[in-house]
Amino acid sequence: MAQRQSFQIGTGLFILLGFAALAYLATQTTSVANFSQGDSYDLKARFTNVGQLKLRAPVKIAGVRIGSVANVVLEPDKLDALVTLSIDKRFSKIPDDSAAAVFTSGLLGDQYVAIQPGGSPDMFKNGDEVILTQSSMQLEELIGKYLVGSGDAAKNAGDKAAGADKDKPPAKP
Amino acid sequence: MSTVRKPSYLVDGIAQVGACGLFLLQILAAIPSSLRHIKETIRQVWFVGAMSLTIIMTCGLFVGMVLGLQLYYVLSIFGGTAALGTVVSLSLYRELGPVVTALLFAGRAGTSITAEIGLMRATDQISAMEMMAVDPLAYVVAPRFIAGVIAMPLLACVFNALGIFGAHLVGVSWLGLDNGTFWSNMTSSVDVWKDVINGVWKSVAFGAVCTLIATFQGYTTAPTSEGVAYATTRTVVFSSIATLALDFVMTAFLM
Amino acid sequence: MSTEPQAPAAGNAPTPNPLIRIRGLSTVLNGKTIFDKVDLDIPRGKITAIMGPSGTGKTTLMRHITGQLAPDAGEVWVDGQNVVKLDRAKLFALREKIGYLFQNSALLTDYSVFENVAFPLRQHLDLPEVLVRNLVLTKLQAVGLRGAAELTPHELSGGMIRRVALARAIVRDPMLIIYDEPFVGLDPIALNQILKLIRVLNDTLGITSILVAHELAAVRLIADSIFLIAGGKIAAHGTPDELARGETPWTKQFFTGAADGPVPFQYPAPDYATQLGLAGAGA
Repeated sequence: MAQRQSFQIGTGLFILLGFAALAYLATQTTSVANFSQGDSYDLKARFTNVGQLKLRAPVKIAGVRIGSVANVVLEPDKLDALVTLSIDKRFSKIPDDSAAAVFTSGLLGDQYVAIQPGGSPDMFKNGDEVILTQSSMQLEELIGKYLVGSGDAAKNAGDKAAGADKDKPPAKP
Repeated sequence: MSTVRKPSYLVDGIAQVGACGLFLLQILAAIPSSLRHIKETIRQVWFVGAMSLTIIMTCGLFVGMVLGLQLYYVLSIFGGTAALGTVVSLSLYRELGPVVTALLFAGRAGTSITAEIGLMRATDQISAMEMMAVDPLAYVVAPRFIAGVIAMPLLACVFNALGIFGAHLVGVSWLGLDNGTFWSNMTSSVDVWKDVINGVWKSVAFGAVCTLIATFQGYTTAPTSEGVAYATTRTVVFSSIATLALDFVMTAFLM
Repeated sequence: MSTEPQAPAAGNAPTPNPLIRIRGLSTVLNGKTIFDKVDLDIPRGKITAIMGPSGTGKTTLMRHITGQLAPDAGEVWVDGQNVVKLDRAKLFALREKIGYLFQNSALLTDYSVFENVAFPLRQHLDLPEVLVRNLVLTKLQAVGLRGAAELTPHELSGGMIRRVALARAIVRDPMLIIYDEPFVGLDPIALNQILKLIRVLNDTLGITSILVAHELAAVRLIADSIFLIAGGKIAAHGTPDELARGETPWTKQFFTGAADGPVPFQYPAPDYATQLGLAGAGA
C-alpha cells in the first residue's frame, strides 16, 4: 500500500507542476500580465486612423508603459475612431494639454499609444478627452506620398535639365 | 486459395484507420466503467506523464535556447531583437510546444504503452483479464488513454515554460537583451486565449491521438516478439504523422 | 431463449444434469473444420480430461465454453445458460464463476504474487483489506507459496508461476476450473505437485474440473473420464483404463504414439513428384 501512496503523491505533484506551468504561462507571459495594474482611470482620444492598434496595446509616456488600450470603437456620426485609454492611478499627473499619437515600435513591431506631455498646470481626470491627437502613420501612405512627390520632382527636373538629374530615384521601378 | 485477396496497401490502410476509429468508440464506451479503476488511471498518469518530465524539461530548455539564438540572429538583421520574447513565446505556444511534446511523448510514453499492452496480449494477460470477467478496455486501455489526454497538455505547458526560460537565458543573460524589453514585448503581444489556450487544446488533441494509436497498436499486435517490435515502430511513425497532419488541420481551424 | 435440451448425447452414456452440455457444435477457423457437430457432456464434481493430438482444437473448445469465441453453429450450455446467446454482462457474470488456468499462466507481470491472487477479489468485490489478505494467504498456503507473496512473477520458477496462477483461479471458489495444458514444461516434481493439487482441489472443494492435456501418463492418474477429440469429432470417450486398452484406431494410435494411423504424419500437400517437377520428366 505504501507503494500506491507514493504513486499518488508523485502523480499529484506532477499535475500541480503542470498546472503551475500553465498558470505561469497564462498570467506572466501574456497580456493578462498587463491587467494586474491595480486601480486605473480612463481617458478618451479620437483618431482619424488607428491603424493596427489592438485592445490591450500599451500606452506609454517617454517609452514607459503607463496603461493600456481598453476599447476601440468607431463613432457613427463623426466616423472617427474613439479609443479608451486605461491609465494606471499612479500616473495621475498628466497635463490636460498632452497629445496622444499612435506609434509603431520598430519597423515591424506592434502599435502603441504614445502620450507627449504638455505644459498645462491642470491634470487629466477620469473620463477626460485628449484633444491633441496624431493618427497612425500608414506605411502605404508614406510610400505613396514619397512616390508622388518624387515623381513630380523628377518631372520638374526633367523639364529643367532634360533628364540629366541622376540624384533622384526613378518614379517607377 | 481462390479467396486469398491481393494485398492492397490502400485498402489495408483504410481498414486500419477504420479499425482505429472503432477502437476509439470502444474506449470512450469503456471510460465510465474505467472510473472504478481510478487508482490505475492515477498510476498511468504517473507512468506516461511524470516519468516523461525529464526528457520534456531537458528538450524544452534546449529548444528554447536554440530558438533564442536563432531568432536573435534573424531579428538582429531587421533590428528587431526587442521582439525576441514575442517571437519565441508565440512559436512555442502555438506550434513547437504542443508538436515537439507530442513527438517526444510518442517516442517516450507511446512506445512503452504499445510494448506493454502488446506483451500483455502476447502473454495472454489480456485474455486472462477477460476470463476473470475484467474488461481489458476498461482496466488496461481506458486508463492509459485518459492519462495521455491529461498528461500531454501538462507536459506541453512545462515544455513551454522551460522553453521561455531557455530563451530568456540566451537572450537576456547571454546576448545582453534588456530584461524589461524581453518581457514587455511578450506580454503585450501574447494573448491568453488565442495563443496559450489554443496551444493547450492542440496538445489535448495530440494526447488523445498519440495514446489512441499507441493503445490500438499494442492491443491489436500479433502476439509474437516480432509483432510487438513492429507495433512499437508503427506507434512512433503513425503518431508522428498523425500529430503533424492534425496540427495542420487544427492550425487552419483555430487561427 | 430456448431451454436446455435434455436428450442424451448421441453415442455417449446419458449424464444427469451435467454442468456443461454441448450440442451440435460446429466451428470452422481459417477454412479448416475444427469441430463437426460435436456433442459433449461434462458432469459436475468430476475431473474430465479433454485429450487429442496437437491442433485438434482442445483450446478452441475451452474458448467456446468460456464464450471467448462464438461457434459457427451449435449450443454450449454452462450451468443452465447458453453461452452462445449471452450478452457481455451475463457472460462476465458467468466467467466470475469459472477459474481458468492459462497454458502460460498469464500472471500480471506488473503486480506481486499477492496482488495477482488478490486481483479477482479487488476487481469484483469490495472487501475489507483484512479479509482480502486472509483469503489470498489461504489460497497461497493451499498451493504452498504463502512465503512468496511479496515476490514478483519473474522471480519465480515455471512450476511456482503455475501454482500462483492456480491460486488466482481458485481465489473466488469457482464452480468450474479449466486447466489448459497444465503439465507442459514442468519437471517431474512440479508435475506431481500440480497433479496432487488438481485432485485435492477437486475433492475438497467439489469443483468441476476440465483438464486439457495430451500427457496420458499424467492424466490417467487423476482424470475420472477422458474425451479424445480428433478430426473434428469425439473419437473416443470413457474412463482412462477403457481408453488405454486402445480398442479404436484413434485411441490405439494416440496412446501408443504410432506415427501413422488415422492422424496422418504428412500435412496435406499436392502430389510430391509433381511439386518436385519430376512428374513431367518421366513422360
